[in-house]
Amino acid sequence: MTSSLSRRTLIKGATGSVLLAGVGTPAIVKAQADAIRIGHLTPLTGFLGPLGEYAVMGVKLAAEEINNAGGVMGRKIELVMEDSVNPQTASAKAERLIERDKVAMIIGEISSASGLAIGQVANRMKTVFINTGCNSDALRGASCNPYMFHIEGANSMYVMAVGQYLLRENMVQGKKWYSLTADYAFGHDLLRVAKKFMGSHGGQFAADELVPSEATDFSPYLLKIRQSQPDLVVSNLAGNQITNFIKQYSEYGLKFPVAGFGFDTVVAWGAGKGNFSGIWPLVWHHLVDTPSSKKYVDAFQKKYGKLPDNQSWGDYNSLKIVAQAMTDMKSTDPQKLAEHLRKGPKFDVMKAREAYFRAYDNQMIMEMYAVRAKDPAKMKDQWDIYDALGAVPGPNEDMETIAPPKDGVCKIG
Amino acid sequence: MQFVFILEQVLNGLLVGAYYLLIALGLSLIFALGGIVNLAHGGFYAIGAYLAVILANRIGFAGALVASPVVVGCFGIIIERLLFRRFYRSDPILSLLLTFGLAMVIEQGLRIVFGASPLPFSIPPELRGQVFVGDFIYPRYRLVILGVAIGAVVATWFIVYRTAFGRVVRAGVQNPDVVGALGISLAPYMTAIAALGVGLAGLAGVLLAPISGVHPAMGAEILTAAFVVVVIGGLGSFWGVIMAAMLVGVVRGVTIYFNPSWGEASMYFVMALVLLLRPRGLLGERIEKFE
Repeated sequence: MTSSLSRRTLIKGATGSVLLAGVGTPAIVKAQADAIRIGHLTPLTGFLGPLGEYAVMGVKLAAEEINNAGGVMGRKIELVMEDSVNPQTASAKAERLIERDKVAMIIGEISSASGLAIGQVANRMKTVFINTGCNSDALRGASCNPYMFHIEGANSMYVMAVGQYLLRENMVQGKKWYSLTADYAFGHDLLRVAKKFMGSHGGQFAADELVPSEATDFSPYLLKIRQSQPDLVVSNLAGNQITNFIKQYSEYGLKFPVAGFGFDTVVAWGAGKGNFSGIWPLVWHHLVDTPSSKKYVDAFQKKYGKLPDNQSWGDYNSLKIVAQAMTDMKSTDPQKLAEHLRKGPKFDVMKAREAYFRAYDNQMIMEMYAVRAKDPAKMKDQWDIYDALGAVPGPNEDMETIAPPKDGVCKIG
Repeated sequence: MQFVFILEQVLNGLLVGAYYLLIALGLSLIFALGGIVNLAHGGFYAIGAYLAVILANRIGFAGALVASPVVVGCFGIIIERLLFRRFYRSDPILSLLLTFGLAMVIEQGLRIVFGASPLPFSIPPELRGQVFVGDFIYPRYRLVILGVAIGAVVATWFIVYRTAFGRVVRAGVQNPDVVGALGISLAPYMTAIAALGVGLAGLAGVLLAPISGVHPAMGAEILTAAFVVVVIGGLGSFWGVIMAAMLVGVVRGVTIYFNPSWGEASMYFVMALVLLLRPRGLLGERIEKFE
């Protein structure tokens, strides 16, 4: 009888329990009875994994700094961190974080589809969710809700940031654009906004093509670009696709100017010397010249031995904002937190001007940036790949001019 | 005018075919001899690419081109001895599960060691640049890939079809029991074929690292295309895989010319069509043990 309960069965059981343990228990950084729990939910695997890795670094640094400075109202911050994987999992994990782990609020996400799912849970359970990486305008429009806040720039803001420099360099009026767009929700949303911008400033498409997200070889597209001789090549691609695209664009030696409307520094750092070109938008970059920005870059480098990227900025600042808001309110109540943030208190987010969430759609109103790829001969090291082009809008303009239009589609007011 | 552009896509597709061929050839070899559907093949491709990044800094790209596939091939020997060997005669579902697990172990292992972000890597300066033939453009580096791919295919063909070693391997594919009855132990041949097949994946990894992102999931990205090529070509058919790789490269290029969003789907249409007309693939042979 004992032989039927064999070694194999035992191993299977053991493996199963290890698997379950891995799935079932979230990583709790510090366990404390009176700590304030904050949920961090973002993709750590899949094509957004590289960004998720930086998101985790950013939020952990913020928690460490807050706790070293005495915490919030004398209580420590305790992060409960999870991999969001896909919209279904993200939704289930968001519910679990709120119901079982009793988190005060949730920070994170990068995929617009998963962000939408978490936002719906946040709304239903009346818990604040700060989106740190989903760009889709739809989250600020038809899908908006009073508990979902966006520290990440909307697609409209990214398009405006790069657009200002394209206008300045006369790349729009009467010019032909060749655009490549990631064939899923984020890409479609971005293309719509980019098209509107181009049309309203007198540009037109030489071609406007959708690229399946599993494409790794861009050579047929590059041949078509070469045939059509556009004035500007526009990338509405995402994640690792951008790495592949810029590597192969450089391989084919095409000389048409390049601009992108969606971008993350990590994908360009990962491309390699001599491959990166063009003008690209960022919500923040490590060259931003403000005291708090420099302090962050130093602290990040000291802790992780590398430079912070735009994604780490979002997760770091979200936690800092929540800590400040809770300290100001003297409460961790989720509903009060949402009401407080919607009143539009100003926060230092490492930019020249302070930022705030506007009540119309909970979008953070702030400056955006554009960067230009550096001449490879002038790069000091593998991190030194672009020059800052400055903030958009300019110092004397209203920051709200670049935000998505208040067209009444979002009805949380 | 349009004809010229289509012709350019066709020629470029043949070049891209070399890229698919390198990945699919090893997969086909391991599949044909041992009946193992190696879902971890993409993982070995990724290891090859990571090794290229590490080694190129120390011994140069040319050194990495030789050393990386050899090291990956050695992994192949270990994996065959320890794991594959136990599954040649068992239910294929078990080896599927095994290699699926192995693929995840490799991907997460790379993530733990190197992080999730892509590692920077470029074409070496001496291989940069483009070759112009009339109106057509060919990056010099893709011609290098084509050259190495042809070299690898010829070498593999020679080993399998022109040596005593290859005769035993081919006999083993058709009827392992008779080979055993003749007093030949297939085990060392299996090990060698696994090393060769996995080494070819490593070679593909080195060659593609300069033109695609080097990140942990890169293996999963190319694996499906490699399987499609093997299935279209026909199980166990050397020439079938070559034809299929070229066919997929060309069909994809021409499809993208007319309708880009169908580009990646086109290879599945080709596969469906081929399977309808020739269920064993283009040049698939009848192999008794798989019937």
